[in-house]
Amino acid sequence: MSRTDSDHTAVGAPLLTVTGLRKAFGDHEVLRSIDLTVRRGQVVALVGPSGSGKTTVLRSLNVLEVPDAGVIQVGSDLTVDFSRPVPKRLLASLRDRSAMVFQHYNLFPHMTVLENVVEGPVQVRRRPRDEALEEAERLLARVGLSDKRDSYPFQLSGGQQQRVGIVRALAMRPQVLLFDEPTSALDPELVGEVLGVIRELSDEGWTMVLVTHELGFAREVADEVVFMDGGVVVEHGPAAKVLGEPQHDRTRLFVRRLQQRF
Amino acid sequence: MESGIDWELVRTSLWPIVKYALIGTVPLTLASFAAGLVLAMAVALARLSRVKVLSGLGRAYVSVIRGTPLLVQLFVIFFGLPSIGVRLDPWPSAIIAFSLNVGGYAAEIIRAAILSVPKGQWEAAHMIGMSNRLALRRIILPQAARVSVPPLSNTFISLVKDTSLASLILVTELFRRAQEIAAFSQEFLVLYVEAAVVYWVLCLFLSVGQSALEGRLDRYVAH
Ligand SMILES: Nc1ncnc2c1ncn2[C@@H]1O[C@H](COP(=O)(O)OP(=O)(O)OP(=O)(O)O)[C@@H](O)[C@H]1O
Ligand SMILES: [Mg+2]
Repeated sequence: MSRTDSDHTAVGAPLLTVTGLRKAFGDHEVLRSIDLTVRRGQVVALVGPSGSGKTTVLRSLNVLEVPDAGVIQVGSDLTVDFSRPVPKRLLASLRDRSAMVFQHYNLFPHMTVLENVVEGPVQVRRRPRDEALEEAERLLARVGLSDKRDSYPFQLSGGQQQRVGIVRALAMRPQVLLFDEPTSALDPELVGEVLGVIRELSDEGWTMVLVTHELGFAREVADEVVFMDGGVVVEHGPAAKVLGEPQHDRTRLFVRRLQQRF
Repeated sequence: MESGIDWELVRTSLWPIVKYALIGTVPLTLASFAAGLVLAMAVALARLSRVKVLSGLGRAYVSVIRGTPLLVQLFVIFFGLPSIGVRLDPWPSAIIAFSLNVGGYAAEIIRAAILSVPKGQWEAAHMIGMSNRLALRRIILPQAARVSVPPLSNTFISLVKDTSLASLILVTELFRRAQEIAAFSQEFLVLYVEAAVVYWVLCLFLSVGQSALEGRLDRYVAH
């Protein structure tokens, strides 16, 4: 499960740079000029109240939403400027750079675990099936799901489904992994197994952007925390700093509220 | 009772009627349903298209088909079209009319089934790099197919019965054969009840098949 990207940027250099990202739905400005830098191997946690635009940022990075303006740069060789019309081909290469783990897993219910994982590599990336299957089995073994390879998603617990979701994302060999509240749909006793996998990925040096309400976990794995509110980045910095001694009232209020809840 | 059931007639007429079920009703149903499904898929996709002209055409088509009687559609094609020089034999007329009809109803079923697949499935498909086309083929349609089996089976069973209307444009199928024998023997009740029983048995088989198919498809879906 080592990183397989072909980019030769040095460790620690910015891998993902977002500048002036904007998105509106109708008159509702959901993102008002977001800036974000993610260094290679870094884990960045996006936190903030409901509706602040965290999911929209992730979805923009994976081009599930097309931003209205702003620049997204991945590695040294791909820059997409959304203030101009972007050719489809460029959108596709941007999407290829990242892979998303969804809040509600979104596994394909008519496919087995193994089929879910190799679908992208085989059907989209046109990798040889045998090779894709081999890699899928290796990845499934790493998250402890070898015995579930032939199960259908509905036969799995939420935690197992989300681990398959993670493996499906890994199998796309992305440069950046995107997680949208990967544990918020899980029963409390299943949260640990998914966080465990994410922790391992971070130890292995994967670059990740993680939207989460698990502030304890964010503090533990995130190198950097970005606090968003109302479509802007209010505060960002090292996890301990932003979550431990927030500089802004809104951040302070948010952290205090979440801590009271648990 | 003087006029009891003429069992001899029942016995001798059964095979001709069953025969025309097999060489008339069944192929007419299968051909019309197959063509109708292909048409329905195209119309469903047109209806879902972002291209306004396409979705408008699809909607108009569905509206006309569902808003007019099947018998009238049949008559327009067989008795009406010759006035503009389009002269079709009974069989092609019937197959065209029935497929157009199935196309209208099944299009709505397929469209609803496609829309019933959660948005997250499209997103997951796009996330792994699929185009809309590939996502539709690999991810959405297989799931929509499961949802649409019960209503499409109902359409199919209705079609079996509706093909009896083809007797009115001179297609010799189950019902027309029964009519012929009835006219000849003057035993209307016996022959028409016999025809009804044969339709009923056909549909009985189909609903058993439908349950089996649904059972198979249900294996892979939760809830
Ligand atoms: N497709 C859409 N159409 C219209 N409005 C949308 C759409 N997607 C998101 N929004 C709106 O944009 C705002 C930000 O949404 P977003 O999902 O990014 O927030 P979030 O920070 O992820 O919130 P949560 O913590 O609840 O997941 C919300 O007000 C939401 O209603
Ligand atoms: Mg969200």
